[in-house]
Parts: sequence; structure tokens; C-alpha cells
Amino acid sequence: MANSTDFLLALEGVTVSFDGFKAVNDLNLYIDKGELRVIIGPNGAGKTTVLDLICGRTKVSSGSIKFKDQEITGLKEHDIVKRGIGRKFQTPSIYEDLTVFENLEISLPRGRNVVGALLWNRTPEIVERVREVTEMIFLADHLDRLAETLSHGQKQWLEIGMLLIQDPEVLMLDEPVAGMSVSERAKTAELLNKIIQNRSVVVIEHDMKFVESIAHRVTVLHQGKVLAEGNMDAIQADPKVKEVYLGH
Amino acid sequence: MSAAATNNRNLELIGFALIALLIMVVLPLALDIFRLNLIGKYLTYAFVAVGLVLCWGYTGILSLGQGVFFGLGGYCMAMFLKLEASSAANTKIQSTPGIPDFMDWNQLTELPFFWVPFNSLPFALIAVIVVPAVVAFILGAAMFKRRVGGVYFAIITQALAAVMTILIIGRQGYTGGINGITDLRTLLGWDIRTDGAKYILYFVCCILLLGSMLLARFVLSSKLGRILVAIRDKEDRVRFSGYSVGDFKIFIFCLASAIAAVGGAMFTLQVGFMSPSFVGIVPSIEMVIFAAVGGRHSLVGAVIGTLLVNWAKTAFSESFPELWLFAMGGLFIAVALAFPRGLAGIFTDQVLPYIEKLWSRNRRGQDGVVVPNPAPAE
Repeated sequence: MANSTDFLLALEGVTVSFDGFKAVNDLNLYIDKGELRVIIGPNGAGKTTVLDLICGRTKVSSGSIKFKDQEITGLKEHDIVKRGIGRKFQTPSIYEDLTVFENLEISLPRGRNVVGALLWNRTPEIVERVREVTEMIFLADHLDRLAETLSHGQKQWLEIGMLLIQDPEVLMLDEPVAGMSVSERAKTAELLNKIIQNRSVVVIEHDMKFVESIAHRVTVLHQGKVLAEGNMDAIQADPKVKEVYLGH
Repeated sequence: MSAAATNNRNLELIGFALIALLIMVVLPLALDIFRLNLIGKYLTYAFVAVGLVLCWGYTGILSLGQGVFFGLGGYCMAMFLKLEASSAANTKIQSTPGIPDFMDWNQLTELPFFWVPFNSLPFALIAVIVVPAVVAFILGAAMFKRRVGGVYFAIITQALAAVMTILIIGRQGYTGGINGITDLRTLLGWDIRTDGAKYILYFVCCILLLGSMLLARFVLSSKLGRILVAIRDKEDRVRFSGYSVGDFKIFIFCLASAIAAVGGAMFTLQVGFMSPSFVGIVPSIEMVIFAAVGGRHSLVGAVIGTLLVNWAKTAFSESFPELWLFAMGGLFIAVALAFPRGLAGIFTDQVLPYIEKLWSRNRRGQDGVVVPNPAPAE
């Protein structure tokens, strides 16, 4: 490999087109170990598509995506997850017919094949791990509740918890505070600051106040390309960014 | 585990015990052998319904072709019985003695190669389970790995049911055609047509059905069962939790098919023949209706539903044979619209709270006074 890098996740020349429309166009994006990266941009800029490409939900038309220097384009979604990339969806995506405990138990990265699932044994250690996570996501008192009865904010936290228990090296969050109340947002920011220890996090977010409260580095996407990249202050001062996004 | 979950478990155990009591003790004591044999036939459909609870109720895979697997199991059993009934002595008037009669009528002069291993009972018994499971595996692998699901999968299974029927009817020299495989007599020399044999086969059928229910229960109460519910709920999320959804769907579809096939084999043994009329689209859909009426989320409900619908069918079609299909269609629509969770749903939502209310009122009545926090009983 000519350009072997130290980056944890490297997207190079990534293009995807839907019937000729290039949703992502020759995109380069590098994520470091332990970095928290926020992706912002106007609607239709291709933010969610970028996450879809990384986690294998959408196939790239051309370009390369490397995780820990290994090509992951073309792998199945569950194989990418097993390598260590976790994804949270825009709308809370949890198992409504299961309890909070069961949602988290399923997300533990063990017994993931048919036999392993059939012979699953709920050891005290597993119960302990699930409890630990529910305390972090403010749901310790709701272990046995059906997930469908949770509030919108609690569902978002549950999904973050499901990712947390997967213990991925890269965590991708698509609008984690959408539809949350002000106090829930503050709690989520606190939660995110806690869970970014020891891992890289990619966040898509619209809420600028929230972005300010968590961002280390910001990438601005526009029409499938990187418009600007840098720390929050530099981005906010950038005239190009003001024109396409912040100014509106 | 939560109180509600424990309650549900206990309820299921009670339901299971009541079913066992009903089919193993009450019905054999109450009915003559003709009626009991009829119940035995219904119970073979209940195997299919149990399989449908697994793949449709829990995983959300609607198969409209379970008759195919029921039929494959039944045919595997029938092939062995037919070969035993076609000994050279029994068939000496044929132009080729020693082969099944329908082959002789179709100018076959030698046993087709795929019939030969069915001379062995162990082979036939293994085939009863393995053949349908392999067919289910091939179909499942082709569909689920390509992420064909929902209505499209249902249509494909229906097409499979149609294809199987046409194949069986069209190749009558090999399959017995539209008449099926008939005139089955003995199992290793034991005459299965006598009343005594029918009693024994009825109990074997009951035990196998109860065993299948326990097996299904085991699968559903493992983590795999919760993954199935998760797949029904949010298939995509399951992938992003690191599971290969296709593998799980294939597994449960094969299991459901294998259970249906055991039912088919018991049908052949108890009724004494197997024909394409149990393979096609109509019987396959009927079996879905059994599960829907009983409650597709409940193993016990599915068995009860099968018994009730079939009992109604027998009673109804004795008086108004031409109206039965309309009644059946109406029943399915009514259940789908009004009681999507079937009889089991009505029981847990309506009947159970009522019983609990009566129960607590009774207790209060005995105490004479209303005690908000009764002291623990001695």
C-alpha cells in the first residue's frame, strides 16, 4: 500500500451516485484515533450518505474506505460492525417489543451466530455489564420496561447505550439530539463527552449550540464534497461556510 | 426477570399442561376411535401452525407454502409405507411385480433410483426431516441472503406450493399423481389400519406435537428468540448490532419446515395416504389461518386455533359443504381486522383481566371487609 496512514478511518476519493446524481463526490475524510469529529452541512449535503457508506449500508461507486489500514468497502454490514464500527440512526432505532435490558443484552458483542445465540447463558457478569451501561444512559430504573414505552429522549439514549455496549472503536451518531428537550440535550452532551474516551466519534448534527458544546473538529459538507474543515472558531469565521450554511 | 415476564411464562406453562391434558386424556376418553383419529389428523396440522408461530409470529416471515414441507414429510413417510405394501407377493398380478401399483399403471418397469433408499425405515425417517429442511434451506438461502422479505417472500413460497403440486400431479409415474400415494398398509409388518394401531399412532402424534412445542419454547426463550423478535421489529438495527440476519432467518425457516414435515409424516401414518391436495396453495393458506385464528404469537394458541377451525370445518361442511370456503375466508378477514393476535390475544387482553377482577372480588368477599393492605397469610 502506497499511502499507508496512521488514521483510524480514511475515506479517499469516495464517490457514490444514485442514477447519475452524485450524492457524495470525490470525498476525502480522515478520522484520527480518539478524535471527536462533527459533520455539519445543509440538507442534501450527503452527511447521512457518508455514514451509510462507512457502515456498508450503501455501496460506494468508486474510492476506498479503510479502517485500521484495511479496506472495508464491499464488506457486509455485520462484518463491519464486528471490525469495530458502530452506528446510531437518525430516528431512534431500538427493539420496541423487547425490554431495555434485552435491547442491551442483544447488543453485547458476544454469541452473535445462531449456535451462540441458542446456547446463550445470561451470566452475572453480563447482567452487571448491562447495569453499568444503563447507569451511564440514565435508564438504570427502567431495566424491565418495554422499550416502546420510553420517551423519545430515553429511546435515543437507549440506542446510544446499545452502541456503547458494543464497544466500537469508531462510533457514528446521526443527529443524536434531534427532537430532544433542552435538559435532555445537556444530559446527552454530558453522556457523549463521557463515552468518547478511548474511541473515535463521528457526529452529524444540525444544532449549532450542541455542536459548540462537544466539537473538537468540524467538517462542513456541501453538495457531496468537503467545503471546509477545522476547529469550531475557524469554521464559524469562514465566509464560504457562512454563505452556504450558517448564514441561513 | 420482570413480574410480567414471569407471569407470561407461568401462563404458558399452564396452557401447555391444559393442552397436554386435553389431547392425551380428555379427548381419548370422550371420543370414539373414528372421531379421535379425526382429531389426530387435525393435530398434524397443528405442527405446521407451531412452525408458523416461529417463523411468522416471532420473526415476521410469512410463508404461504408450509403445505410443501408438510407434504414432503408426508411423502417421505408414504414412500416407505408404499414400498412395504408393494411386496412381490402383494403385487403379483402386475406386469412388473414388486413396484408400487401406480408405477405399473404408468408403464414403469423398474423402481426409480430416488425411491430405492426408501426401502429402509431409518432412511425414510431421517428423510422426513432432512428433505424438507434442505428445501427450506435452499429457498431461505436464495431469498434471505438477497434480502427478499415480506410480501415478496410470501409470493415466492406460494409459487413453490404451486410448482410442487404441478410437479407431483404431472409426474404421476413417480409420485402417484393426483391420487397421491394410497393403499398404505403396514409399518414393518404392523398393520396401521386397525383401531389399536390408530390409538397408538394418535398418542405418538400427541407426544411429538408436545415435544415440538417444547423445542419451540426452548428456542423462543433463548437469546435467539429475542433476536427473532428484534428482526421482526427492526431488521436493519439487528445487522448493525453485528448479526447476520439472513442466517437467523434461514435457521428459523428450516426449523419451522422440519416441524411441519413431522406433522406430514404423522398425517400419512394416521390417515393412511398422502396426496397433492395437502401440498398446494389452498391447504398452505388454510394452515396460516389456523395459526392466525389461534394467535400467531402463542404456541398454545396456534394448537387450539387449529383444533377449533378444523372442528368447525368438519361440522360446517357436513351441512353446507359449498359455503365452507367462504366462511373460512370471512373468518380470516375478521381475525386480521378485529383480533390480530387471535384467540390467545383475546384471552390475555380480555378474559384474563376479567378473571383477575373476579378473583380479587371473591377474596374481598370472603374477608368480609375491604382491606387495602392485607396481612400476609399464615
